[in-house]
This record gives sequence, C-alpha cells and structure tokens, in this order.
Amino acid sequence: MANWTVILNIAKTHLLTKLKSTSIAALGVTFGIGSYITLVSFMTGLNTMLDDLMLNQTPHIHVYNEIEPSKEQPISLYDKFSESFNIVHSIKPKMSQKKIHNALPIITYLERNENVRGALPRIETQIFYLAGSIELGGNLTGISPIDEAKLFNMSDYIVEGSAEALQNTDNSILLGIGIAKKMALKIGDRVQISPINGGIFPLKIVGFYQSGISDVDAMQSFTTIKTVQRILGEANNYITDINVKLYDIEQAVPLSKKIEQQFNLKAVDIKTANAQFDTGTSVRNLITYAVSVALLIVAGFGIYNILNMLIYEKMNDIAILKAIGFSGTDVQLIFMSQAMIIGFVGGVLGLIVGYGLASLISTIPFETEALPTVETYPINIDPMFFVIGFSFAMVSTFLAGYLPSKKAKKIDPVKIIRGQ
Amino acid sequence: MSNVLEAKHINKYFKKPVLFHVLKDINFEIKKGEFVSIMGKSGCGKSTLLYILSTMDTDYEGELYLNNKLITDKDSNHLSRLRNENIGFVFQFHYLLAEFTVLENVMLPAKKLAKKTFQEIEQDALEKLKILNIEHLAHKRASQVSGGEKQRVAIARALINNPSIIMGDEPTGNLDSHNAENVFNIFKQLSVEEDLSLLIVTHDEDFANKTDRIIQMEDGKIII
Repeated sequence: MANWTVILNIAKTHLLTKLKSTSIAALGVTFGIGSYITLVSFMTGLNTMLDDLMLNQTPHIHVYNEIEPSKEQPISLYDKFSESFNIVHSIKPKMSQKKIHNALPIITYLERNENVRGALPRIETQIFYLAGSIELGGNLTGISPIDEAKLFNMSDYIVEGSAEALQNTDNSILLGIGIAKKMALKIGDRVQISPINGGIFPLKIVGFYQSGISDVDAMQSFTTIKTVQRILGEANNYITDINVKLYDIEQAVPLSKKIEQQFNLKAVDIKTANAQFDTGTSVRNLITYAVSVALLIVAGFGIYNILNMLIYEKMNDIAILKAIGFSGTDVQLIFMSQAMIIGFVGGVLGLIVGYGLASLISTIPFETEALPTVETYPINIDPMFFVIGFSFAMVSTFLAGYLPSKKAKKIDPVKIIRGQ
Repeated sequence: MSNVLEAKHINKYFKKPVLFHVLKDINFEIKKGEFVSIMGKSGCGKSTLLYILSTMDTDYEGELYLNNKLITDKDSNHLSRLRNENIGFVFQFHYLLAEFTVLENVMLPAKKLAKKTFQEIEQDALEKLKILNIEHLAHKRASQVSGGEKQRVAIARALINNPSIIMGDEPTGNLDSHNAENVFNIFKQLSVEEDLSLLIVTHDEDFANKTDRIIQMEDGKIII
C-alpha cells in the first residue's frame, strides 16, 4: 500500500527545505556516534594495553609445588581416635621438595592436550647479585628463551639484546634493568651471582629486561634452564614450575582443577590470579558504554526535538496530505523516513569522524618508562564498534522519530482545516 | 439516475464542552453531474456535514453511500483510498504544499493513487492546469503564486484523479469577486462539460443561486 517513491520524495523535500535544522539534527547523531567510536576505540585500546602489560606475561595456568601444611594430620588417620575430638597446635608446613616430580613427562602429557598451546618449564630460585662487597637479593628464573618469546611475548620486554642471544650463549643472563642501573652494568659485562646454598657464578649479560613494574625489574633476571640447574647443582629433570598457555582462556579453570587432581600439584589459573584485573576491565568498559550511551541519548533527543518542531510547522501539510487521500500510516512513514535519513547520514558521518579521530589519536606519541614497547597512544579499532555504533544510530533515530511521527499519524485533518 | 453520494439519517453530536446535537437526521442525495450548494448561517452545521460526507470525520451516526456503496464504519486506510480516488477537495484557504512546485502539488494525489506512470501523471497534470488556464505556473513554487491562482491550482489538484465528486468548503470565501466569479465558472464548466458532481458549502448567495440545487440548513436540519 505504501507508495515509497512519493513518501521518500516528500520526506526529501521537507529535509532539503529545512536544511539547517536537518544538518543540526544529523550533526547531533554524527557527534554522538563519532564520540562513541573514538571513545570506545581509545578506551579498549588502553584496556588491552593495561591487560597485556600484566596478562601477556602471565601463564594461563601456573603449576608448581606449594609449601603448605598437610590437610590431614596423622591422628585423624588412626581409627581408634576417630570418635574423639582432636586438637593439634602449631602445625608446621610439610617438608616437601620444590621440584615438580616427573616434570618432563607431565609437560609432554600437557602438550598433547588439544586445548594447550604450549607448556613451558621454569625454575624459580632466589639468588644474590654480587657487586664487590654489596649483595643484592633477587630472583633468577630459568626459562627456555625462544619458547617464552613465542608464547609469552618475552621479546616485548627485552629492551636490549634478544631471547636468541640468551639461548645461544652459555652461562648468560638477561638482567633486570633496575639491577643493571643499580650496579652500573652494560651488555657484555659479567655479573656475579650467588645462590642461597653458596658458591659464586659469573654470568655474561646478553640483554636487559624491563617489565614496566619497577619492583620486578629491580629483582628479576632470566637465564636458561640449564644454567640454573648448573648453578643449583641439580639434575636436568629439576623443574620447579610449569607455565601453560591455552588457546582459549576460558578453559583455564577446568584444566587447572584437573591438573591439581591428577598430579597432586598446585595449579593456579589466570582468572583466580588476576581477578582484580578482570574487575577493572569490566568497570572501565562499563564507563565507556555509559558515556557513549549518554551521548547517543542526547543526540536522540535532538532529533526528537527537531522532528517535533517540524511536525508543528507542517500541520497544514499533514492535513492536506490526509485530505487528498494519504493515510495516517503514509504520513507517519513520511516523518519516520525523515528521521531514518537523518540517522543514516549522521551515523555514516559519525563512523567516518570516529575513525578519523581514532586514527589521529593513534599517531600521538605516548612514551612512558613503564611501557617500553609502546610508542603512541594505543587504539583498538574493531569493526564490531562500527556495527554497534551504526545500529545504535539507526535505533535511536528510529525511537526519536517514532513518537513525533505517531503524533503526525493521529492528527485530525478536520480540526486543522476548520481551525483556520 | 445514479446517486453519487447519499446520506441516510446522519446524526452527529459534539461531546465537548457540553453534549450538543449538531446534525439532526440529515437525509439527501446527489446525482451524477449535479451542482449542489449548501447554505446556512454560521454554526448551523454545514461544514460539519461536509467533513462527514468527505469521510474525514467518522464520528457520526447514520449511513453514508458513495457510488451506491456503504462507506460508514470502514477503516481509515480504506477511507483514505476512497478519498484519494473518488473525492476532490477545495478549501477556503489554499492549502498547497508550500515547498513543492505547482505541478508537483497537482500530481501528488495521482502519485499516491499510483495507477499511472509518472509521465502519464505529469501529462494529466499539465492538461488540468491548461483547463484552468494556469499552465504557465507549472514550475513555480506554490508559495510564489497569487491567491486566486492558488485556488485554481487546488481545483486542478482536486481534479487530477478524475473523482466522482468535488467538495468545497467556501472555496470562494477568501477571493475577490472577480476571482470568485472565475472559480464559479470553472465549477459550472466542469459540471456541464465533464458531468462532474459538485457539493459546495458557501455563504455567497449569488454563488448559490447559480447552482442547480440549494440545500438550506438551519440548526442542524435541512429545511429545503
């Protein structure tokens, strides 16, 4: 029934003769959508960067031997006391080895799991950095440098030197940048380290490590697994930690539970370890969306207002259209299509403006000590934002146009014609 | 003789501000080619009757037939279509769409009806403008032509779909005597030459006296 050519022609004429208010209404949408795209790209870009800062290096599942008290004391295993009330004071942690028993077969087993992208062995140990008579406490971690670079973006945090150099040089060390500054060391120098059980080992510095968290950088250094095993005087099956990276982070919780049960080890999943990060991210996203929705609602009210005014101005036209045979629905469609055209044009312009602004922001230099690999402001341009932004533009203009057009539909032509 | 329009026992009440019986048992019919005028004092209900006959006002009691078909209680979309196809309107005020050209104004009802192509409609519209001697205004904006010309454009628009009847609510009320004469002659010509029915509400006695039949109304009733 609806005759679209005629309806769109009338809508077009109305819009073009009121070009000023039309463009203001469309600019309202443009502004709303443009800010939404810019804001959401910028905020999610920052969020991703902050998350990556912490989570990239964090394994999805961290498997190790926890020092903890036995859950069951011997007395509770003895049948004769099972009916009695026992209290054991001053329970001490159980003496257990730090190394993971049968670590290498466990790694092979984990890597066969289809959810697992990689399982990497690590050895964590406490050492002292020696500089003359000064002893600085710190951590030395034995890793497989190439694999770490591949799975945990290790290279992003190596400010000088490379993971390959660490892999290929015997008795080498990747020194935390904080320690290097304190001890005035540079690449090629040797640093003496001493494990807690004694002995002194000189290691060659092949690079510097900067995580962005200065407390970590003042303690943490890396070397190969072999070197740590040699320093500690342990066999080559001595592994204290296994870091697992998964394809799907959602699998972390069930798999960590399974590992704990199966191997009687402590397995911490990323969600538990970084719960506060998750919360922070979701709150920041919430703020982003709240601000964007507020902007779009303001734009929507602009359209509502302008259409309302237009309908008051066009009362006579509406009455004539109805008198010459246009139905209420036709009249409603005329005003609805005006709203939708404003929404469409404004929305598309908004997407372009948003893209432009986001691209502009991504070229602004952003250098900070804490983030060695970041040079410009992080922007996350996701096609999904454009889809959401455009849909929102259409939906909000639809709603903003619906009420005034409904009113136009209901206008009684007799009242208008006789009212003159 | 076929009736174009027939009203049976039309009653209408205004409910606000107080209950008021505006139209009291109106019965009449208009035959094909008849030129009828409705006269009466202000407030006697003649315009109210016209808007009921025009199908724009549906809040009444009684029965209304257009081309011998009952149109009372049809839904509004159906009535819009009937109005579009069968009834042409001319008002006291000119009521053109100001942003459109004269030609577009005339074409609009035919475009809505969508029975012909745009070329045919444009041809028809130019023809109607020619009948009314205003074809030179075709491409002017409706807001830029004079009052008498506007009324002729409105008549051309009323004619575009070759309706069964033309209704007018004081179409000459706002025109000087020269233009009023002009409009009357056009109506008369249409009635005689095209066998078109016309129903015109008017205050103008000279105008009414020249029509085929006068319906005199008083206090919501037809007295002659």
